[in-house]
Amino acid sequence: MSRRLTSGGRYIDRSAPQGFTFDGTTFEGYAGDTLASALLGAGVTLVGRSFKYHRPRGILAAGPEEPNALVALGPKERTEPNQRATTTELFDGLTARSQNRWPSLKHDVGALNQAVSKFLPAGFYYKTFIQPRHAWKHLFEPIIRRSAGLGPAPTHADPDEYEHLYDTADVLVAGGGVAGLTAALAAGRAGKRVLLVEQMPHWGGRLVTDALPDAKEEAGETVAALLSALEALPNVHLRTRTMCAGIYDHGYVLCHERVSDHAPAAGIPRHRLWKVRAGQIVVATGAIERPIAFPMNDLPGVMLAGAVRDYVECYGVTPGDTVVIVTNNDDAYRTALSLKAAGIAVPAVVDARGAADGALPAMARAAGIDVRTGQGVAKVLGKTGVEGVQLCAQGSAGEVTDTIACDAVAVSGGWSPAVNLWSHCGGKLRWREDAAWFEPDADKAPTGADGRAFVAVCGAANGRMGARDAATDAAGVGAAAAGGEVPGDLPGVPDAPEEAPLEPVWLMPADAQIEAREKMWLDFQNDVKVSDVELAAREGFESVEHTKRYTTLGMATDQGKTSNINGLAILAKALDEGVPQVGTTTFRPPWTPLSFGSIVGEAKGSAFQPLRRTPMDSWHEARGATWEPVGHWRRPYCYPRRAESAEEAVEREVLAVRNHVGILDASTLGKILVRGPDAGRFVDMLYTNMMSTLKPGRCRYGLMCSENGFLMDDGVVARIDEQTFLCHTTTGGADRIHAWMEDWLQCEWWDWKVHTVNLTEAWGQIAVAGPKARKVLESLGGMDLSAEALPFMGWADGTLGGFDVRVYRISFSGELSFEIAVRAGQARALWDRLVAAGDAHGMAPYGTEALHVLRAEKGFIMIGDESDGTVIPQDLGLDWAISKKKDDYLGKRAQARMHMTDAGRWRLVGLETLEGEVLPDGAYAVSNEKDEWGNTRTIGRVTSSYRSPTLNRGIAMALVEKGPERMGEVIDFPIPGADPIAARIVSPVFYDPEGEKQNV
Amino acid sequence: MRRYSAFAIVREGLKHHMGWERAWRSPEPKSRYDVVIVGAGGHGLATAYYLGKNFGITNVAILEKGWLGGGNTGRNTTIIRSNYLQDPSAAIYEKSRSLYETLSQELNYNVMFSPRGVMMLAQTQHEVRGYKRTAFANAIQGVKTEFVGPERVKALCPILNIDGPRYPVLGALWQARGGTARHDAVAWGYARACSEMGMDIIQQCEVTGIRQEGGRVTGVDTTKGEIGCDKLALVVAGHSGRLAEMAGFRLPIESVPLQALVSEPIKPCMDVVVMANTVHGYMSQSDKGEMVIGGGTDGYNAYTQRGSFQHVEETVRALVETFPIIGRLKMLRQWGGIVDMTGDRSPILSKTPVGGVYANCGWGTGGFKAIPGSGWAMAELVAKDAPGPLSSHFGLDRFRAGRFIDESVAAGVAH
Repeated sequence: MSRRLTSGGRYIDRSAPQGFTFDGTTFEGYAGDTLASALLGAGVTLVGRSFKYHRPRGILAAGPEEPNALVALGPKERTEPNQRATTTELFDGLTARSQNRWPSLKHDVGALNQAVSKFLPAGFYYKTFIQPRHAWKHLFEPIIRRSAGLGPAPTHADPDEYEHLYDTADVLVAGGGVAGLTAALAAGRAGKRVLLVEQMPHWGGRLVTDALPDAKEEAGETVAALLSALEALPNVHLRTRTMCAGIYDHGYVLCHERVSDHAPAAGIPRHRLWKVRAGQIVVATGAIERPIAFPMNDLPGVMLAGAVRDYVECYGVTPGDTVVIVTNNDDAYRTALSLKAAGIAVPAVVDARGAADGALPAMARAAGIDVRTGQGVAKVLGKTGVEGVQLCAQGSAGEVTDTIACDAVAVSGGWSPAVNLWSHCGGKLRWREDAAWFEPDADKAPTGADGRAFVAVCGAANGRMGARDAATDAAGVGAAAAGGEVPGDLPGVPDAPEEAPLEPVWLMPADAQIEAREKMWLDFQNDVKVSDVELAAREGFESVEHTKRYTTLGMATDQGKTSNINGLAILAKALDEGVPQVGTTTFRPPWTPLSFGSIVGEAKGSAFQPLRRTPMDSWHEARGATWEPVGHWRRPYCYPRRAESAEEAVEREVLAVRNHVGILDASTLGKILVRGPDAGRFVDMLYTNMMSTLKPGRCRYGLMCSENGFLMDDGVVARIDEQTFLCHTTTGGADRIHAWMEDWLQCEWWDWKVHTVNLTEAWGQIAVAGPKARKVLESLGGMDLSAEALPFMGWADGTLGGFDVRVYRISFSGELSFEIAVRAGQARALWDRLVAAGDAHGMAPYGTEALHVLRAEKGFIMIGDESDGTVIPQDLGLDWAISKKKDDYLGKRAQARMHMTDAGRWRLVGLETLEGEVLPDGAYAVSNEKDEWGNTRTIGRVTSSYRSPTLNRGIAMALVEKGPERMGEVIDFPIPGADPIAARIVSPVFYDPEGEKQNV
Repeated sequence: MRRYSAFAIVREGLKHHMGWERAWRSPEPKSRYDVVIVGAGGHGLATAYYLGKNFGITNVAILEKGWLGGGNTGRNTTIIRSNYLQDPSAAIYEKSRSLYETLSQELNYNVMFSPRGVMMLAQTQHEVRGYKRTAFANAIQGVKTEFVGPERVKALCPILNIDGPRYPVLGALWQARGGTARHDAVAWGYARACSEMGMDIIQQCEVTGIRQEGGRVTGVDTTKGEIGCDKLALVVAGHSGRLAEMAGFRLPIESVPLQALVSEPIKPCMDVVVMANTVHGYMSQSDKGEMVIGGGTDGYNAYTQRGSFQHVEETVRALVETFPIIGRLKMLRQWGGIVDMTGDRSPILSKTPVGGVYANCGWGTGGFKAIPGSGWAMAELVAKDAPGPLSSHFGLDRFRAGRFIDESVAAGVAH
């Protein structure tokens, strides 16, 4: 069984035991362990169940490529499903649970799927569960959903903190193995700002582990020398536990740092997301070992050969007492030597090649290991763990020649460069026939806006597998990325024996029969077997993307890191094509899964989006306002008093304005200054109205349309002086309209002498409306606000109660109304003064809903209610605001189009229900005809509907086919589940049609 | 072709599945066809299928420059709904949704249409009014939807946080008969049925030119040689502009990247599809257990099928805010598709200035749900050389006349 060795393990600290639980059982590991090494050390080899057949699964790898060992971490409120045990650092108190099994890992009911697995090949679900129709929703799909999925769904909001950091680098190096360290040093010596990131907690990658016993010390010194040289450079920044997740256009790189996963009590962010803009990116991500497909290669105890040596050397753990090595290359002999040196029995190296004459096999033989060439595995024996292997001739159909008892198998099918990062932004690959791998094609690198490559690759990721070769490559690439020379004093890398070429072996034995191929796993997590890929090819899913999607090969949480190349090769063989002709699937970010928490960063809860508050916000809060989000602003919807409902509050506020006076915080209204010699010309193009003739000191209500003629915003324009206009927009429209203005000025009318400034937040704005509005303002003392001095639709600068203000005589309620603009910093003080002054006059603050009711009583339109992107001003009876004298304005030509001038358009009217009830918002009126689809033909719809406190009845505005021509007509609004409501078409101006109230 | 069934699987299972036929043939192109369809995505294949099924036209080739179903058909978030506001939209999307209901049986291919319900959250007063309006419109259009309150929202999707500090949920537009389907299976099912009818699906065949005589199409040049045709249907989504250029006209289409992403798979925790337009994100859980997530389009035009990270961030933020339990899940994979946007965000199903050439494009961010209906309407347009009721409002002439079909009020976010 797997166990902890009595000595060894350079990552672990045997003096620091760490307790942890797995499925409720308590175990002990050491500081420096991963959860995987601690489990192996504790003799736990069964760690999970596969996705489809619920096969028993053990640990396959020792790094991020792990497909099997996924666990749920943490207590309930911190549940993190699908965490790789191989990259989870052990800490005291860690709790882990196995996944996708019920009731227990050992006795999993889902494993019954294995019994019928011959009827569950790739894509079986496309061919069945078709009849009867309703069974899919009510029977089959629920069963499939329950048995699929891996980890448990979390049940609590994530209590942890995350943060984002921003950085730049001349050269970002991804990967801290010998190549990455060397590239960073070469770039750093050139004086460039270098950021080196490594996903694991350790530097040096495989250098020490892969060194031969007599070179290990030297290899360790190499890593130490590289590190100390790097640490001596102030322009180089080193970060471990930081994964380079993705490379995007323009050198944008995403890195993910696990800040406190390994020490959760620290009270610092759990993860940190780095957004780095890099001039050059050097990919030094190494290589990933491939398994070989042989019967029952998925049993717990079958591990990658490189991983076995990681566990032995880094963690002092062996996967078994007797380990058989299966290989097609020389590298796996290093594992045999490691095991042997640790005192583990290695009864045989099964080498598929006809001969193994290299230096490494010779060393194995010299160590007394039986090397069996030309052999393959006919079958791995065992039920939930390895009990032995049956051997056969590799060139055979699998006739058993020998059986070896063992409790672990270390397999190597060769290595593949980890090219993901290279490919994220479009780097292309080429197939190396002799090595049987895809490697980056340096001539087809990702290019930036200047057409030059911004990603380079070196070391094993570049197909340079030997350590010394990798370091030499990296020195050149690193120096080139920094525009410098290769330093002459780089630490030496120990020499390693020449390796004989591997022999591509995708299938073992070569002529395995279908019964055997049905037991050969390619994608361990998703249970994709050799026979599945062959089935896909047989059924015409010839494109590699089709095969992937049909079989789910490479779609598991490991994204096919250990299965892609093997699957491709099997597909190529089935199609009788070469691997490069079949091609690869697309590599997508992230390299390994990225926590949503880190993507979100600090932006959650109340900080989810920026919250814009007016200067009077705290006053509204204190007055118990209920809020309405408008864009990023929050505005008071109404101010309910004790025991008052929102409806009652709105009625009271409306009546206060009509009968006395009300005060509204209008600060959120957009205020955009347009200035310059061509300002008049510019606003004439923006608005349908003639604005250039407006006199300084006067205001005009204006409409803005899109190029297609549709109404997009409205507001009051004030002419400040000959060259200056102040354009008010809707609250939600301010940023959009400002961008719209800039779009025209920067892209189309770039030669016009105009500039714009969004002053929305520079000014507070207060509306005081109602018959007593003037009295309230006058009680503050200051400027002359008489109708003569400041007539309707005029504005004036002056002082009120000592405040410098600009007062507009405009009205959105139909009452006498002043809007007072004051510098934002003084707005609250002025507001307080006005509120105090208003007390004597029965003044009440009113919110957005009262504002809406007031404007609807008056028949004023609201952008977003009466307009919805399909309405032109002419529909709304706003022809008076459309200049007939101008040659052009945005939308003019569009409004002349056939459909826009159609006499049958829906146009604005008012509606009075016959019974006085309130029509529902959005209800449609129907005729008694059918439309072309056989539905009842609609002839209009309600755009705004309120109970009017002033008129004490329901009022509504509506767009009705030829509406203004049908005054007095009664139309029906069907209400689902209720009787239709009948309403009479009337003028939309319900209150003070002559406008006497506002013009006093 | 042998029918798929549980019985067939058992029979083949006993023979190690060695007897399955190809799902579709892979023929060399003939020298001419009655109809050539460019684009073997869902819309192109469905067009071909209904040409054969409804009009008996089977001398058809579907040309695909890559692999069938490899464009937006295989890149979307698989949402199917028909709760559209404007009458022409509701008509075609509801037709499509109803065809989806029986598509597995129709094609003898399990496309896994799952009518689990689609919920569009209202998180501002403006949205409440908008969705109530849509519910009224849908009632008349024969689309079954209802506006539901926050308690019902919570009951339908317990993992939703309806009391968020910024945008509490005020209600939702609920379409119980909306849902999802397996996107690849839709393309494969149609492809298999088309092949069975004798149509030729020719992959790895890029159109390089469009041949005309006297203002009428006569054929196409391709990387596999010249192919003659009487009628030519261009069904290539984001690449429509380039094909139109070959034919000598222009289309009011802009191509922008739209991104999607999935989490790692977890056990079922969400039975419905939720769209949150105020905060810009939508999510459902696939049968495999992954949370399937999408959001807004990138702010620039492009043809690269990848996107910027900024939109992923915006979308994930929105969804963690809406579904706080997903905070500890992880993003497994992000990808992009190129969506073809028209000025009014509604599709084009139209004759073109070239005789015998028809365009089907502009489905923007919502094309997957439309595949059967789009194919149905396009087949009619091609077969009759005249639009039927499902496509008559979606002609190119609407841009000239200003007869836009703007859904922006009902669908402020990509989907």
